[in-house]
Amino acid sequence: MKKPVNQKDKRFKVAHREALIGVVLVIINFIWWYGFAYGLGSDKVENYRYIWGLPSWFFYSCIAGFVVMVILVSLTVKFLFKDVPFEDEEGEHK
Amino acid sequence: MNWPVITPLVIFLLIIFAVGFWSHKFVLKSHSFLEEYFLGERQMGGFILAMTMVATYGSASSFIGGPGVAYTQGLGWVLLAMAQLATGYFTLMVLGKKFAIVARKYKAITLIDFLKERYQSKTVVLVSAASIVIFLFSSMTAQWIGGARLVESLTGLPYTTALLIFAFSVLVFVIVGGFRAVALTDAVQGVVMFAGTLILLIATIKAGGGIPKIISDLAAENPNLISPFGADHTLTPAYVSSYWILVGIGVIGLPQITVRAMSYKNSQAMHSAIIIGTIVVGFIMLGMHLIGVFARPVLPGVKIGDTVMPLLSMKVLPPFAAGIVLAAPMAAIMSTVDALLILVSSAIVKDVYLNYIKPNASNSHVKKISFSVTAIIGFIVIILALSPPDLIIWLNLFSFGGLESVFIWPVIFGLYWAKGNKYGAIASMVSGMCSYIMLDRFYPNAFGLHTVVLPILISMLVFVAVSLFTQRKISQMVPDTSWK
Repeated sequence: MKKPVNQKDKRFKVAHREALIGVVLVIINFIWWYGFAYGLGSDKVENYRYIWGLPSWFFYSCIAGFVVMVILVSLTVKFLFKDVPFEDEEGEHK
Repeated sequence: MNWPVITPLVIFLLIIFAVGFWSHKFVLKSHSFLEEYFLGERQMGGFILAMTMVATYGSASSFIGGPGVAYTQGLGWVLLAMAQLATGYFTLMVLGKKFAIVARKYKAITLIDFLKERYQSKTVVLVSAASIVIFLFSSMTAQWIGGARLVESLTGLPYTTALLIFAFSVLVFVIVGGFRAVALTDAVQGVVMFAGTLILLIATIKAGGGIPKIISDLAAENPNLISPFGADHTLTPAYVSSYWILVGIGVIGLPQITVRAMSYKNSQAMHSAIIIGTIVVGFIMLGMHLIGVFARPVLPGVKIGDTVMPLLSMKVLPPFAAGIVLAAPMAAIMSTVDALLILVSSAIVKDVYLNYIKPNASNSHVKKISFSVTAIIGFIVIILALSPPDLIIWLNLFSFGGLESVFIWPVIFGLYWAKGNKYGAIASMVSGMCSYIMLDRFYPNAFGLHTVVLPILISMLVFVAVSLFTQRKISQMVPDTSWK
């Protein structure tokens, strides 16, 4: 009833690649978030610049960072992620 | 009683009930009761999947506790909250297709099923079931209390009555409808959470006289409020960054999230869920915490953080709109509690009872057991919540970190590292749980990082070391054929 897992299943290659993409995205996300927040935000508060009324560190790190990640995630899913069937065993019967 | 506020809440509850009973039809019809009741027959589409992940994840702390802390700490806390953006895409991408495929092959219905087949070990099953029951009980109790407090503050009813109303509403639809009811109501609740955030954010900005005015008011009161370091300059970059582990990538180890990563229909559902989930989770977290900060000039001098969001809604919105907005935290709490309830029930019924106590139970017996176990757990939590401990956030984060340190590596290495074996998994779970509890008690926030960081590192090292060390033992003991 339960089927053995074949590690050479071709679908796993796709799955591994996509998991790796997830890790890369989270690293980009973190660097963007950290870089702008503490790069611009460590300045004295009197010297802050403002965008849309918000301190620039916050605008870039949290607002722009959010938008950038949504765009990046959408693009990767659209262009790099592949459809694979979940149910059948095509990978194994070749 | 404040009827204009309460009316939208009642309408919201009625919709939720309707969905619960509608799902009950599927439970009655389904060929495989267990798969339907605990996993909705793996039929979730992209939108439902995204919403159920966001709604399960977003809880009392996102709508009540979080904005309250943001109110005291300023923009630094919003920065911290944005670590949660990663949960929108990371969990589904990393567990991803591999988990979906392997779970189907194993015919796994719960996370523990997956671990059981992967590691072929009774100990793994029992340790997992125990940690799910222990940690999620504390988390459920905290959420239950949050829900009751909210009903209490909105209606003026006494705490006990409020708790019973809240608990009864949740129990009814979960018991009769199972996972499908949970996921579908999550979708409704997710929409309510999104809309509530949007309405309240706009109203708060208007009430504060526009963003530039609010920010300059904040800076005039205390310049630190608009810096990333918190009101007293206590939020260090290391501490704030360590939340990326707790509420960002570590979320992969939460069983209530993981189980959703095997509930979806096909890869298109997963793809669209990643995009929708990222947008929704990012918007809610950014919006709600920003609301907490912006509330400060609008509503100065609030002492108890947890009351900021209800008080603010009543102040800046007309009563009917306030009712809609306040349905959002209610939705957040309900959608977390219902997921935990069905998960704890599945751990007891499916993973312990059917595996080891009565493997050959008939279908109708399983049904009876599932309904009654779910109900009994619900009542135990009500009793716990009647004499409640105080700190919602603390309890909630405690179970978060505990579960993450137990499950993250057995899941990740289980999927991606063929050499990982049961000894590694057991050692990693036990050391993760123990080190988390010990550190939390005796040495919290080591090296200025959140307590969860060390246990997650420790359990990783233990997993790898023990797996490598016991490799020969495993290969002598015959047949883990599935990993050839």
